[in-house]
Amino acid sequence: MAEPTTGMKIETTAKPLLVCRDVGVRFGGLQALSGVNFEACQGEITAVIGPNGAGKTTLINAISGMVQAQQGAFRLGADDITRAQPHERSRLGLVRTFQNLEIFSNMTVLENVMAGCHARLRVPAWASLLRTRKSLAMEKTIRNEALEVLDFVGLFELAKYQARDLPFGKQRLLELARALAAGPRVLLLDEPAAGLNMSETQVLADLILSVRDHYRLSIVLVEHDMDLVMRISDQVMVLCFGQVISRGTPAQVQCDPGVISAYLGDDED
Amino acid sequence: MSMGYGKDMRWLCGLLVLLVIAPPLLGNNYYLTVLTMCCLNAMIAVGLSLLVGHAGQISLGHAGFYGLAAYTTAVLSATLGVPVGLSMLAGVGVSAGVAALVGLPALKLKGHYLAMATLGFGVILSILFNETVELTGGPSGFTDIPRLALFGFEFTSDLAVYYFIILILGLVIWLSFNILHSRVGRALRALHTSEKAAQAMGIDIARYKLFIFVISAAFAGLAGVLYAHYLTFIAPASFGFLFSVQLIVMVVLGGMTSIPGSIVGAFFLTVLPEFLRAFESIEILLFGGILVLCMMFLPDGLAGGFDRLWRWVWRMLYVRRDKDQDTGEDTGEKTDQAGGGDHG
Repeated sequence: MAEPTTGMKIETTAKPLLVCRDVGVRFGGLQALSGVNFEACQGEITAVIGPNGAGKTTLINAISGMVQAQQGAFRLGADDITRAQPHERSRLGLVRTFQNLEIFSNMTVLENVMAGCHARLRVPAWASLLRTRKSLAMEKTIRNEALEVLDFVGLFELAKYQARDLPFGKQRLLELARALAAGPRVLLLDEPAAGLNMSETQVLADLILSVRDHYRLSIVLVEHDMDLVMRISDQVMVLCFGQVISRGTPAQVQCDPGVISAYLGDDED
Repeated sequence: MSMGYGKDMRWLCGLLVLLVIAPPLLGNNYYLTVLTMCCLNAMIAVGLSLLVGHAGQISLGHAGFYGLAAYTTAVLSATLGVPVGLSMLAGVGVSAGVAALVGLPALKLKGHYLAMATLGFGVILSILFNETVELTGGPSGFTDIPRLALFGFEFTSDLAVYYFIILILGLVIWLSFNILHSRVGRALRALHTSEKAAQAMGIDIARYKLFIFVISAAFAGLAGVLYAHYLTFIAPASFGFLFSVQLIVMVVLGGMTSIPGSIVGAFFLTVLPEFLRAFESIEILLFGGILVLCMMFLPDGLAGGFDRLWRWVWRMLYVRRDKDQDTGEDTGEKTDQAGGGDHG
């Protein structure tokens, strides 16, 4: 495994930031992913689409380390993260959201985002224990940065509320804010539009685009909503039964006969 | 769930003032003993509240850490002649160290499985205390433990020991509030709700679980060494499975996520049997009945119950004053009720 580095490297747009090579994941007898190659570049939105059960979420889980891939290699910038724990990957800048919301319901909106800053702005545990001046100063910094991120996603006014009291759409935004607070280089969004209505999806689409441009991130988007994917993605990869069947720009993928048959063979909606 | 650090500190100061002025008001040495035991149990309950209420990790073996520290300091000071201050440090250290060793594998388990593992650990220790007769004195107990003495000063009176214990209790509560109002506290609450999301935010959940497990074992150990040098006699019966369960009940009864709650719970559960002693034969029945009633009618624990009672009294006074002034307005009272609901 590569030595942990500071993670501060200058990337050129052309060179992919996240590289996955020949990824294979098996659950018992089910081959969820096989031989998947995947790349994501800085400043681009890369969408992963495919019919139900194609292995999209499994790919996100494998990239974020929540599922151990039996095969393949993962590289983030200059770091080999194939063997890294989920929290180590997060610290290196690979941050994800969840399809089924995983907000910290027992905290306020602000605390949720402050928890997102956890690994990025740190003091030793004993400093927190003794409430040293340095730890208090850090706490203030974390608070301000969290408020900034909340402002960015438009939840500033709700900072004091309990996270569980927020409507579903706002909780999605909160999860995005929390992920941004963790300082990602690659942001993995697992079906961010699931359960949102049309206008909420519209707001989300604009937000994702402004995240890309404001933070210069690489965004990996797993999504069912085709309108959303085709409108905001720079690159699209199509998975079917755990294998890549097409990749390219949204326009290229839409015309691919293999993709059309995969979708029409499935329950089209 | 208390919100502000300032509010928590005011609460702590109030508690300490009450505890400091309490002994002369009690007037009886027996009551002082009960109060001292309350403080020791509160010390363990606070640590357990951090572990169970905030980090969501269950331990049914905390009586074991309590006993381990007590026996360590007893053996070191009485049998081997180590100075009391040093042996107490060693006792706390052994509890914390063993917690680290046990926690490393055990904290990989979740929910009921972690409860089972810690339960097993507690039972093993209990057997050790009973069976290693040469070392611990076995079931009949370990006698002639030296009294508390630090830096050449011997705490000859029970009152002096009591004041030292509330000093330590204050320290334990202060540290606990510091933990909760910091990034460590956020990490603990985060891994309580969603381990996956906590990991995704770069929180090393294994490390934090172990950290809080060790801290809570160290608090139990502190109570254990103070207990040993206060009573100068310890027996395995005080450190058995039953006491582990009682400790959990203190935390749950007090209010899972409230430090003040766990302290109130500890005091309540320590004092209650003493008061019920007058009822002799139906003592246990009453004890059980009161616990059942508490759990039924105080879902947020005693802390939440007191909170509601306080609000109710306040509201009654407020309404009374309103009626005296003969204004028919009661809108203010309603908003108060609505606003106050989520603080338990």
